[in-house]
Amino acid sequence: MSNIFDLVIPALILGVSVFALYKKVDVYTAITDGAAKGLRVVIKIFPALVGLLTAVYMFQASGAMDALSDFFAPALETIGIPKELASLIFIRPISGSGALAVGSEIITEYGVDSLIGVTAAVMLGSTETTFYTVAVYFGAVGIRKTRWAIPAALCADFVGFFVAALTVRLLFFS
Amino acid sequence: MAMAWIWTGMVAVSVIFGLINGTIGAVGTAALEGASAAVQLCISMGGVICLWTGVMEVMERGGLSEKLSRLLRPVLSRLFPNSAGNEEAMEAVSSNVSANLLGLGNAATPMGIRAAAAMRTGTEANNDLCTLVVMNTASIQLIPATVAGVRAAAGAANPFDILPAVWITSIASVTAGLLAAKLFSRIWKRS
Repeated sequence: MSNIFDLVIPALILGVSVFALYKKVDVYTAITDGAAKGLRVVIKIFPALVGLLTAVYMFQASGAMDALSDFFAPALETIGIPKELASLIFIRPISGSGALAVGSEIITEYGVDSLIGVTAAVMLGSTETTFYTVAVYFGAVGIRKTRWAIPAALCADFVGFFVAALTVRLLFFS
Repeated sequence: MAMAWIWTGMVAVSVIFGLINGTIGAVGTAALEGASAAVQLCISMGGVICLWTGVMEVMERGGLSEKLSRLLRPVLSRLFPNSAGNEEAMEAVSSNVSANLLGLGNAATPMGIRAAAAMRTGTEANNDLCTLVVMNTASIQLIPATVAGVRAAAGAANPFDILPAVWITSIASVTAGLLAAKLFSRIWKRS
């Protein structure tokens, strides 16, 4: 699929570098310093991924993941979400690295460029770890009554899952 | 502790299903496969993540995230009507949103917490505070580098071709969150 969006990444890298050079920033040192920060991110999520991918692979191999998908299949397929994404939808608001583990397992299992694989990637990229974020923010400033923050955030997640399945179907598989 | 329950629960359910379905042998093999898959995933997605944090660093040092944050400010004042006059809160919110858009997760959270502290009026969350949290629970990242890394690791033809779908979905999800926030703030009266 070749279109205007193919330009985004190369143009962004070029534009940012030229602009920063114009601002007299040592672009190359910034790139390598940033990459070093990225490496720390990777090292930080690595232990979590070992733990979670182990559990996710076991869950998948035992047949439990299929059972979960089948159980929620009627509800999910009515609104156009592939049933194979049930486990991803459950873990997404709870754990970021858990969602990364489940998502990457789904992508490997069903194919990275398949409808299920692409939908999983879009869901991962356009939603956040809701409960974690709520806990961090309200915890940091000492809020005890969270009122409607969680229901509203879950509305956003639900719409995200639904729209992800819809746009992937329309943009890439129609 | 939540993760301890989830992890143990997944393992327990896997073993029970393995025994019932007769797939327990595969479950044992899968445990080892999962652990090595984690190494492979980290190595293959590491490149994309490092490249992207590098580009982000250039953006930050070039002053682009500051520019973006000044651009966002008028729009954000309308989303946070009660804090619009609060200089400290508005500055922190715009930095928080611009860092989120650019994927600077490490910068976004402290800024967001600073905004939350400036908006706080007691131990009960007020409308602006709820809106801030809802906005942060909906991802508004322009370039989802981690996901692109996962896709690159799995051998995608073009790891970034999901961008338009991610943008449409993010906009829909943030809009839904903000609309829900506005709606709930009307019906959910302070007790």
